[in-house]
Amino acid sequence: MEQAGESRIAQPRDRVWRALNDPEVLARCLDGCKSMTAVGDGEYEAEVGAKVGPVKATFKAAISLNDVIEPESYRLEVEVKGGAAGFAKGSATVNLEEVAGDDGDETLLTYRINGNIGGKLAQIGSRLVDAAARKMAARFFARFAVDFDTA
Amino acid sequence: MASETGIGASVKRKEDARFITGAGNYTDDINAAGQTYMVFVRSPYARAKINGIDTADAAATDGVVAVFTGADLAADEIGDLPCGWMVKSKDGSDMVAPPHPPIATHAVNYVGEPYAVVIGETLEAARNGAEAVDADFEELPAVVDLSTAASADQIHESVPNNQAYDWELGDKAATDAAFDSAHHVATVDIVNNRLIPNAIEPRAALGEYDAAAGTYTLHTTSQNPHLERLVLAAFVNVAPEARLRVISPDVGGGFGSKIFVYAEETAVIWAAGKVRRPVKWRAERSESFLADCHGRDHVTTAQLALGEDGRFLGLRVKTKANMGAYLSTFASSVPTYLYGTLMAGQYTTPAIYVEVQSLYTNTAPVDAYRGAGRPEATYVVERCVETAAREMGIDPAEIRRRNFIQPGDFPYDTPVALTYDTGDYEASLDKALEHIDYGGFGARRAASESAGKKRGIGFSCYIEACGLAPSQVAISLGAGVGLFEVGEVRVDVTGSVTVVTGSHSHGQSHETTFAQIISDKLGVPFENVTVLHGDTGRSDYALGTYGSRSLAVGGSAIIKATDKIIAKGKKIAAHMLEAEEDQMEFADGTFTVADSNQSITFGEVAFSAYVPQNFPLEDLEPGLSEKAFYDPPNFTYPAGAHICEVEVDPDTGVVDIVDFVAVDDFGHVVNPMIVEGQVHGGLAQGIGQALLEHGVYDDAGQLVSGSYMDYTMPRADDLPSFTVDTTVTPCTHNPLGVKGCGEAGAIGSTAAVMNAVTDALGVASVSMPATPETVWRAASACGEAPKAPKEGE
Repeated sequence: MEQAGESRIAQPRDRVWRALNDPEVLARCLDGCKSMTAVGDGEYEAEVGAKVGPVKATFKAAISLNDVIEPESYRLEVEVKGGAAGFAKGSATVNLEEVAGDDGDETLLTYRINGNIGGKLAQIGSRLVDAAARKMAARFFARFAVDFDTA
Repeated sequence: MASETGIGASVKRKEDARFITGAGNYTDDINAAGQTYMVFVRSPYARAKINGIDTADAAATDGVVAVFTGADLAADEIGDLPCGWMVKSKDGSDMVAPPHPPIATHAVNYVGEPYAVVIGETLEAARNGAEAVDADFEELPAVVDLSTAASADQIHESVPNNQAYDWELGDKAATDAAFDSAHHVATVDIVNNRLIPNAIEPRAALGEYDAAAGTYTLHTTSQNPHLERLVLAAFVNVAPEARLRVISPDVGGGFGSKIFVYAEETAVIWAAGKVRRPVKWRAERSESFLADCHGRDHVTTAQLALGEDGRFLGLRVKTKANMGAYLSTFASSVPTYLYGTLMAGQYTTPAIYVEVQSLYTNTAPVDAYRGAGRPEATYVVERCVETAAREMGIDPAEIRRRNFIQPGDFPYDTPVALTYDTGDYEASLDKALEHIDYGGFGARRAASESAGKKRGIGFSCYIEACGLAPSQVAISLGAGVGLFEVGEVRVDVTGSVTVVTGSHSHGQSHETTFAQIISDKLGVPFENVTVLHGDTGRSDYALGTYGSRSLAVGGSAIIKATDKIIAKGKKIAAHMLEAEEDQMEFADGTFTVADSNQSITFGEVAFSAYVPQNFPLEDLEPGLSEKAFYDPPNFTYPAGAHICEVEVDPDTGVVDIVDFVAVDDFGHVVNPMIVEGQVHGGLAQGIGQALLEHGVYDDAGQLVSGSYMDYTMPRADDLPSFTVDTTVTPCTHNPLGVKGCGEAGAIGSTAAVMNAVTDALGVASVSMPATPETVWRAASACGEAPKAPKEGE
């Protein structure tokens, strides 16, 4: 599975960076996220309820941040276990670029996800998983972009 | 007796009334008081070490009765699942089979391999418990690609090079010599795609333990309950045979996939004794995809050597066969004795040499699937023949004619260990050519061309060895069991008849066909005959249903028992009519004293047998019930000609089968309607392999064609209206002169379709399944390969 995308956020890069490193923000923006806890330096554990086609489960994710270049980029390694639903693992590279907006500094966030899936998730068809992951990412960034207003 | 219900009549199926009104009695319809539900926890990894399994949370889940792992089975000395056929390598060494615990203990080796079971008060509870099983896996690189499996990581500690065996058959030196003198050599490289069986009824099991009697009863979806019982008793050590009853009630299709003894049934019956309550399991469709044995999956290079006149001089075949992660019940025999032995096809090829290397991969085990080895062999032979015809510029019908074994040549010894008893291959081909209007093909092709389409015609003259099998031959070739069949004919007091057969019907219509035989032979009304099958508590040990054997072997056993009934009936009739036994004649349900008008009906004899008056008891026992075991002296050899005509749209790659003719020689036919139905079903499966079906694992060993979204089953609108016809050369060595019809459709059709598709495109080969994408890509190479001339072109 490979996915890439971008999101333009009307906030200066430093602020976006801080939000991206705040488990509470991430938990709020991620669909179905039941918990997100920092367990070490750049290491998080999360529980996410997700439904992919007929497969519905609570996935336990172990997340670690690597190659951190503040406030520009990091690589996020994720291992997701869903018990009988299968597993997923992968990495996401996130880049933040300063861009000039009409009302001041804005940030262009680009991401590239590489991953693979196994068990029931793979069996029911990677096409569904791709679509579900794309939808999840889109909703995440949609919420993330407006989260600054509510925070 | 020719009648509306006797041999040769298209009697409507007795079974259908209950099946089409929803009154069938399948394993999952059967429920026991206090029943619990089992769920299997399956590996999401293709290959991983199990560092530990934590079952505490699962056991504490509401409604969970018990959680077991492989260690619990091992502690009870539950044995490995065995493979029942020993195949030896070229060097004489035994095949290498890895240990196959029913529930994985230290490692998992394919996605879907069970590593724990959870038993719940309800299915929901068991599922919740299964979610809570926490295993610590250490993922290892999966071995998936068959062509490189021998040099990949070693999967099993005890299996070097991932090789089960490296087998050969035939005379290598003679074959090499044939190639040295060849005028032309045709070469094909083919992949026989992996298929996933998909019986309409998923596998299921209900295990019960009677603590008072110490007996176990297993209701399950087995094609051969006696084999299931034998393996569970003798190898897996669940219980002694006498304390274990296996019942296969109505079963919705098997196609081979329900022959084998699997982990699930084993775990169910063992656990029933463990928790002292009935245990039920029924596969979900997703589980069937992962955990039923798959079929086919070969990679082959084959070469046919020909003389200048198009006569076949030699055939060389080198195959790699995928066994999956473990060696299933009969897996070893499929790419060897059911494959290499069929390489002569219908032809006089004098020298043949076959090499088969069977390899393990991190995929589901592969075993027999409708045709089992013979479709793969037919595909090799008929693709070679078609390729040779094209390359040498010979009409594909003509090249086959030149090489057919002739009716006067039988019995015919092939160079690959079989002796064909009878056949007339040209008769079937002639009839098929007439049905398809071969002479009009040129005009039809021209019409398609002018409409921007590509039309092609493909032949497949297949042969199969069926009626498995002569025990002596099979045992000498490594089979661990005899392959006879049992038939019992019990005449009731009132003259109705109960037939008990060891073979099992899961679509084959035994209840109808076998009743026709009895009605015909004994003159008893068809509706007064009841056929019982699928119960080790009712029939003697026998081998069940596979390899198109039910009528040829099971039916012959019934005929033998019926002969005994008639002989006993004559004794009773002679006693009643005060005549000599050797004066008695029996026909149309009546015993007659020769050259007299003294007679007595079958019903009167039956009644007298159970109300014996003045029987000379030392010479004549009461009762009229006989049993016979029939062990066939040879295989049967159904053969036929399948011709497929396709029209391909080069713009979309869609293949339209515009006509399909199957002319088969099954020997005598008991019920033509049922035979036609069997052929239709087989053709659908063979065409499914050619155009639609493909079991695909990705590089990590994940099954990506694991649901009906990605695995394409043939549907009615994928298939044409078939033309099915027969020719008859009766089998020479069984009392009914029958050969078997269950697999023919799946054996012959695949090659016919692919020969037609490649003919249409004018390409040397197209890989299966020939999906629109594959065909569309191949169409870009259109016309690169030579086409064979055809009659009327």
